[in-house]
Amino acid sequence: MALVRLSTPLRVHCGGKPELRAEGSTLREVISFIDRESPGFGDRVLKDGRINEFINIFVNNEDVRFLDGLETPVGPGDTISILPAVSGG
Amino acid sequence: MTVKGLVCRNCGKEYPEAPVSICEECFGPLEVAYDYEKIKEAVSRKTIEGGPASLWRYKALLPVRGAPVDLGAGFTPLRKAENLGRALGLKELYIKNDSLNPTFSFKDRVVSVAVSKALEFSFSTVGCASTGNLASAVAAHGAKAGLTSYIFIPADLNPAKVAQALAYGPNLVCVDGNYDQVNRLCTEIAGYRNWAFVNINLRPYYAEGSKTLGFEVAEQLGWEVPDRVVVPAGSGSLLTKIWKGFRELNDVGILDGGPPRLTAAQSAGCSPITTAWRSGGDIRPVKPDTIEKSLAIGNPADGRYTLKALKETGGTAGSATDGEIIEGIKLLARTEGIFTETAGGVVIGTLKNLVERGEIDPDERTVAYITGCGLKTQDVLRQALPEPVYIRSDLGAFEAAIGHAHRQVAGEVA
Repeated sequence: MALVRLSTPLRVHCGGKPELRAEGSTLREVISFIDRESPGFGDRVLKDGRINEFINIFVNNEDVRFLDGLETPVGPGDTISILPAVSGG
Repeated sequence: MTVKGLVCRNCGKEYPEAPVSICEECFGPLEVAYDYEKIKEAVSRKTIEGGPASLWRYKALLPVRGAPVDLGAGFTPLRKAENLGRALGLKELYIKNDSLNPTFSFKDRVVSVAVSKALEFSFSTVGCASTGNLASAVAAHGAKAGLTSYIFIPADLNPAKVAQALAYGPNLVCVDGNYDQVNRLCTEIAGYRNWAFVNINLRPYYAEGSKTLGFEVAEQLGWEVPDRVVVPAGSGSLLTKIWKGFRELNDVGILDGGPPRLTAAQSAGCSPITTAWRSGGDIRPVKPDTIEKSLAIGNPADGRYTLKALKETGGTAGSATDGEIIEGIKLLARTEGIFTETAGGVVIGTLKNLVERGEIDPDERTVAYITGCGLKTQDVLRQALPEPVYIRSDLGAFEAAIGHAHRQVAGEVA
């Protein structure tokens, strides 16, 4: 199972946990797994079948937009971070 | 103090004032909501003009209650740039020289607001993810406020920015990665440490400080709106807040007329906003490859709002290559005597390109924002500059070196 780290605003949709374990061989499957455990999660992370524009998802610290997006392969030892987009400079 | 609370820029959900920056419903960014009717009663051109010579002359339009943490940021000079205007073919060009801030960049404006809020919210530690300028601004204001600070920067940052930040005594963490990776790490740290990350959980307040760059230009032009402003764009936050600043002055009855044509300037090696603007598509993140580190944000969080600002004001976006950035720095220094960092080179280089493309009319009253001092990035400039003349302390040696140079010039003219 992959380790999934959640940012503060996402935790309220998963019982308040900062991180959890999830099954799936792709990012899409991992999100579906969490959605089955915490209904409604998928609707917040995805929008019209794509990753919500205000959310960034990283697999092993790499932005999935530079990988295969929702089809990015995920292995049991991988870490997924789901974070809001933040500004800076 | 006329803050109503926070509101989601995407879905409009309202929140009470708190150190939060993300909507729980849609994950959109939160921003400060004001009671503009109350502000309208409290402020006028006269009350502002009677205020301190800092950004705090606009306190009625900023989200801070008590005495701010103030190193004197803001109210920097707006100078008519006749020489540069002539060189570029612009009839009325102004430089807003925001390198003349306490830590030598515009980031003092946002940080003065954010660290003031950190004290209001009773934090004892402030932090940030920085491309360089924010690092010193947070470390300096944190030092003044007696707070512990944790500053996270990409490890390959300009040496002068690292040295300056270290002087203020923060905990400086150099991360092996680019800014987007540093920012992601800080977002994760902010999730479990009770720290005031100025650009993360305090971002709604922090960003408001940038509005003052709009306020000041209007006031310094005698309460008039320029035709166009050219703004360096990394995350896009500064540009959208300058836009907000001009709109607010109009909303509270201080200014007539809408905002100027907003124009985003990016480095060609990291230009997701300009690329999206020119293609008409969405923002696509990029991996930065540029000498310009302070704008090297490949995944600009305010990108979509920047595109909206450009569209609604009839503005545009452009970029400058690494070579054009260097030439921009030199051109500003040699025409106006202002030494800027690479971000300023991006602004001048982009301005030049847009004038040459015919996208900026020579008659437009144009303001270029110069947001940081050249001493911060001298490492990238030095190799592009000529060697000085080295001599012994001897009159003959001077004449031999300089006399020869004069004869050369005279020969060329002849």
